Amino acid sequence: MTPLLQVKDVSKNFGGFMALDGVSVDIAQGERFGLIGPNGSGKTTLINCVSGVLANDSGSIRFDGREISGLPAYQRTRRGIARSFQIPRPFASMSVLENLLVPLEYAGTGKLDEAHEILKQMGLADKAATQSNRLSQVELRKLELARAMAARPRLLISDEAMAGLSSNEISEVLEILFKLNAAGITIVMIEHIMQAVMKFSQRVICLDAGRIICEGTPAAIVAHPEVQRAYLGA
Amino acid sequence: MKRFLIGALAVLALAASMPLIFHNEYFFFAGYVVLQFIVLATAWNILGGYAGYVNFGSGAFFAVGAYTAVALYKAFALPLGLQILAGAAASGLLGFGVGMLTLRLRGIFFSIATIAVAIVLETVVLNWHYVGGAKGLPIMRPVETPFFASHTVWLFFVMAALAVLAVGAARYIETSWIGRGLRAIRDNEVAAECSGVPTLKLKLGAATLSGALMGAAGAPYAQYLSFIEPASTFSLNYAVNALAMPIIGGMGHWIGPVIGAVLLGSVQQIVTVTISSEINVLVVGVMLVVFVVAAPEGILGLFRKLFPSRKS
Ligand SMILES: Nc1ncnc2c1ncn2[C@@H]1O[C@H](COP(=O)(O)OP(=O)(O)OP(=O)(O)O)[C@@H](O)[C@H]1O
Ligand SMILES: [Mg+2]
Repeated sequence: MTPLLQVKDVSKNFGGFMALDGVSVDIAQGERFGLIGPNGSGKTTLINCVSGVLANDSGSIRFDGREISGLPAYQRTRRGIARSFQIPRPFASMSVLENLLVPLEYAGTGKLDEAHEILKQMGLADKAATQSNRLSQVELRKLELARAMAARPRLLISDEAMAGLSSNEISEVLEILFKLNAAGITIVMIEHIMQAVMKFSQRVICLDAGRIICEGTPAAIVAHPEVQRAYLGA
Repeated sequence: MKRFLIGALAVLALAASMPLIFHNEYFFFAGYVVLQFIVLATAWNILGGYAGYVNFGSGAFFAVGAYTAVALYKAFALPLGLQILAGAAASGLLGFGVGMLTLRLRGIFFSIATIAVAIVLETVVLNWHYVGGAKGLPIMRPVETPFFASHTVWLFFVMAALAVLAVGAARYIETSWIGRGLRAIRDNEVAAECSGVPTLKLKLGAATLSGALMGAAGAPYAQYLSFIEPASTFSLNYAVNALAMPIIGGMGHWIGPVIGAVLLGSVQQIVTVTISSEINVLVVGVMLVVFVVAAPEGILGLFRKLFPSRKS
C-alpha cells in the first residue's frame, strides 16, 4: 500500500538560511506519527510545506499517491490535509461555532450538527456562541484543533496543540486524538510535551537544524544518543 | 429572503410614486446623488468591508462606467439600460484586472494599485478627444421620457433600481457561505486558505462585482448632468465617500453602507446648498476621523452598544 503522505528530499530556504535540508519521510495510512525537535529545528516549516502555507523550494510531496506540492493550500485541505496552528489564528470577528462553519462549508460535509458534535468533543460546547476573540489561550488551542477537525481530514496535523494545557486537559485531548485515529484518521503530532508524544505515537522522527537526525519507536528515540544531545539536553 | 424581496419592491414602488408627493425637481436631483452613493458605498463594502481589501480608487471605477457609457452613446446611441450594462462590464473587468495583478499579494498592494489606476485612467481620459478630453462633452438628454414626469425623475428611478440591486447582492453575499469566506479572509487569510477557502477566487469575484456595481453607478452620470468632464467624474469625492460611508455606517452588515450613504449624502447636499460643495470633502473627512476614533464600528456599532440584546 502506498503511504498516505510521501515527503521526499524537501528543502526550504529563507534568504540563505536552510530551514529544511532534504527531509524525506513517509507516513502510512492510519498511523500515529510524532514529530519532535528543538526550537527552530524546522517542524512548523515542514508542515507549512505539507499544508501549502509555504511552497517548498525542491523535493516532492505526495498525498494519496498524487503530487501536491504545486497546489494551493485550500485544495490540499479539500483533499484531506488539515492542520492546527501553533500560534492560534482564530477568525476573530466570528463566534466559535462560525469558526467551524468555515471549514465545514468549504471542505467538510456542510452539516451543522457535525460542528456542534466537534465542539462537544473538544469541551467547547458552552462557548459555541462566544466571539472567538474572547477565548483564553487554552480555549484558542482547542478551537484550533476543532476547526481542523471540521474540515473532515484524512490527515490531521496538530502543531503544539497542547502547549499550556493542564495535565488533565492533555489527557482529554490525547483521548480525542486516539478516538479520531481509531476512526481512521492519520495523525501527525508536533509536541514538546514528551510524555504526550511518547504515549501517542507509534513512530517518531526528530528534526534538528532542518534535518532528520533519527527515526524510530518512541522508546528507541528517547534512547538515541543524538536525540539526547540535541533535544533532551542530556 | 421573502421579506427582503417585499422590502425591495416597496422601496421601488415608493421611488416610483415620489413624483406624486414631490413636485420640486430638486428633490430628484439631490435624491439621485444619495442613491448613487448607496450603490458606491455598498459596492465598496463588498470588498473593503467583508474581505478587508481597501479600494482607494472608487472614483476611477465610477468614471470608467461613466465614460464607457458616454463613448457607446456617442458611437451607437445605445439606450441607457445597455449603457449601464456596458459600464458595469468595463468596471468589473477593471476590478478583475487590478485584482489579478495585486490580490495575490498583501492587501496594501491592492490599495496602492487602486490609487495608481485612478491617476493613470484620468490622464488617459484627459487626452481622449472622442469623449471631450479635458474640456468635456455636452450630452443631449432624450426629449421625451415616457411614463416619467421628467428625465431627472426617470434617472432617479433607475438609480433607485440599481441601489436595490446592489444592496440585494451585498445582502445575498453577506448571508451566504461566500460572505463567511470573505470574512474569514479578512480575519486571517492563511487560516482561511487552510480551512478550504479559495481565497484568490473569492477576492477576485468580490473585486469584479464591486467594480461592476461602481461602474453601473457611474454609467448614467453624463445623462444626469447633461455633460461630462474628467475632473468631476474622477473626483476624489467619490473615493473618499465610497469608503467613508461604510466605515461611518458600519461595515459588518449590508444596512451599514446604506445608513452611511443616506446620512453623509444628505449632509453633503445640505452643505452644497447652504455653503458650498467645495467643503464637502472636508466635512466627510472630519466625520470620518471622528468616527474612526470614537466609534470604529460605525453607527451600527453604536446602535448595538445601546441595544446589546438585539441581534441584527
Ligand atoms: N517565514 C519565515 N521567514 C524566515 N525565517 C523563518 C520563517 N519561518 C521560519 N523561519 C525560521 O526557520 C527556522 C525553523 O522554524 P520553525 O518554525 O519551522 O521551527 P520549529 O521547529 O517549529 O520551532 P518551535 O519548536 O519553536 O515551534 C527558524 O530559525 C525560524 O526562525
Ligand atoms: Mg513550530
